[in-house]
Amino acid sequence: MTTMLFSKDEWGQGLLAVGKSIKVFVPVKEGDFTAFQLLAEETVPDWAYQNTRMSPKSIVYPQSEGMFKYSLEEGDPEANIVKEAPKDYTLQAVVGIRPCDAHAFQIVKRNFDNEEFRDPWWVQRYEATTFVGLGCNEPCATCFCTSVGGGPFGKNGLDVILHDVGSRFLAEGLTAKGEDFLAGLTGGQAAGEKELGEAKDLEGWAGEKITAGISTDQLKNKVVTQLFNAPFWEDVAFSCINCGTCTYLCPTCWCFDIQDEVFGKKGDRIRNWDSCMMPLFTLHGSGHNPRDKKTQRVRQRFMHKLKYYVDKYGNGIQCSGCGRCVRFCPVNIDIRQVAELMNNY
Amino acid sequence: MGAENLKAAPVDLMFQPHPARIVRVLPQMEGHRLFQLRFVDDDAMLLFSHGPGQFVEVGIPGVGEAPISLSSPPTRQGIVEICVREAGLVTSALFRMNKGDQVALRGPFGRGFSTDLFKGHDLLLVAGGLGLAPLRSLLWTILDNRSEYGKLVLMYGSRSPDDVLFKYELLSLMNRADMQYLLSVDKDDEGIWRQYVGVVTGLFEKVELDPGNTYCALCGPPIMYRFVIREILKKKISPKRIFVSLERMMKCGVGKCGHCAIGQYYCCTDGPVFNYDEIRDVKEAL
Repeated sequence: MTTMLFSKDEWGQGLLAVGKSIKVFVPVKEGDFTAFQLLAEETVPDWAYQNTRMSPKSIVYPQSEGMFKYSLEEGDPEANIVKEAPKDYTLQAVVGIRPCDAHAFQIVKRNFDNEEFRDPWWVQRYEATTFVGLGCNEPCATCFCTSVGGGPFGKNGLDVILHDVGSRFLAEGLTAKGEDFLAGLTGGQAAGEKELGEAKDLEGWAGEKITAGISTDQLKNKVVTQLFNAPFWEDVAFSCINCGTCTYLCPTCWCFDIQDEVFGKKGDRIRNWDSCMMPLFTLHGSGHNPRDKKTQRVRQRFMHKLKYYVDKYGNGIQCSGCGRCVRFCPVNIDIRQVAELMNNY
Repeated sequence: MGAENLKAAPVDLMFQPHPARIVRVLPQMEGHRLFQLRFVDDDAMLLFSHGPGQFVEVGIPGVGEAPISLSSPPTRQGIVEICVREAGLVTSALFRMNKGDQVALRGPFGRGFSTDLFKGHDLLLVAGGLGLAPLRSLLWTILDNRSEYGKLVLMYGSRSPDDVLFKYELLSLMNRADMQYLLSVDKDDEGIWRQYVGVVTGLFEKVELDPGNTYCALCGPPIMYRFVIREILKKKISPKRIFVSLERMMKCGVGKCGHCAIGQYYCCTDGPVFNYDEIRDVKEAL
């Protein structure tokens, strides 16, 4: 596999050139936060960012996506015929994605791409995407990737991994897709022993900076009913205001809702991200609601991530340790504490 | 699961609905109608093949989609029957439609009742209220191949004599010698009911079941399961022989959207028919 060294200027120029034939997304400062944006001439990428506020999941799985279109015009021979809305599967690269967020796509893939049914839209957009990761020299205080199967330089789900070695990037191709991406870039030179050594040191230092962790080793041995009836759920849920921030920011939350929207005589069937924190999420037409209480919904979120997922897929938890839900929860609910409660119950 | 995965829809068709026309609307009781549907495209109709207990996503462009169980048996192809209660957005819109109007269907989806497992055995079907809708599909599957199954008992509980679904169709079963048919109503204010008055569990005194040879299929309101299952277990029938059909908000129908999650299962792909033994410890399931 190729390992190349790019000056940051060279890297930026190379991306701009590649950006003429495929869509390139890079982290860009937006006010107090950073977000992935489509690269254009005037874009100033923020390579020193820690992580974006919104996860990059929308690059493969838009927050709102038109599934179908139809006409409701009377007399139109095509009226009420539901037709697939045009989809964009242009090749794209998300450059600078953090290893935790790339890992998250692998977690979500188990839901959208399995033997039972392959979600046509998620799968095609995922396959059109090259994941160029940027290792974390400076992890956040809320990061706990190392305890959930990842790391600040974890390679799971990445096609290329970048090491920020001062004024330059050391780029390592990890898959055929990643090799193709690197081959398409201008500039760059072979990396020497010195840079490879620097990169190794960075990995070591970054790993040491992650002090937060969660325990998950006992989760698979726990009895669902006992965890479910554990006394701590009321406490965990007490301060929750069911805002759904955790689920929308989470790179591993995949639930969606399907809605029909009509403008004049034109209709769209759209799928939107949804959240298990909302009471309407499980409401039946009949009025029956299996999870009408806040505590039930909070429990469902944690049980799904830390127990049901474990039981269903046999390994891993539905969390990549990015820490967004910890950082942005308005009432300081912390998945690390909940995992501790569950793992030690 | 023991329940059968019956002819899953092809991958590329999982979200794509197909136009179907309302052929006939048969009022059942207040707020309940049986809709007979046919795909506009004859090939789509020929390809549609389902098992009892499976469901379809019934879509009305401009309104939305709702998961509705199939009431017609696979033994009678060429028509799709759904028994619907007017409740939410989609069903209310459906009730404003008439013969000749067009809807958009996708499916069939989910795991239904495993008729292969049931063959050669005695069967107890217990329905409560609208729960008869999916069990009617199973009932006629059995009756159309009667010799392949053992003893057949149907218990059906309604709220009142006015709330009996498929009334005349069921009356025609009353005198059949090859099945036992027991009806109950919770209350009979006018005193016109000649059958059992009381909750459906009261019917268990009237049947003899062979615990080693009987399979049970249940569908009804959430409150019914606990009590009916208790009666079945009292008859020494193993939990492994009990199958329940559950209702959830199955939005996508293909195990992607997460709305119907019950523990580690998705109601739409692991169910809606579950083996009781496998979900009795799954919280929030029953």
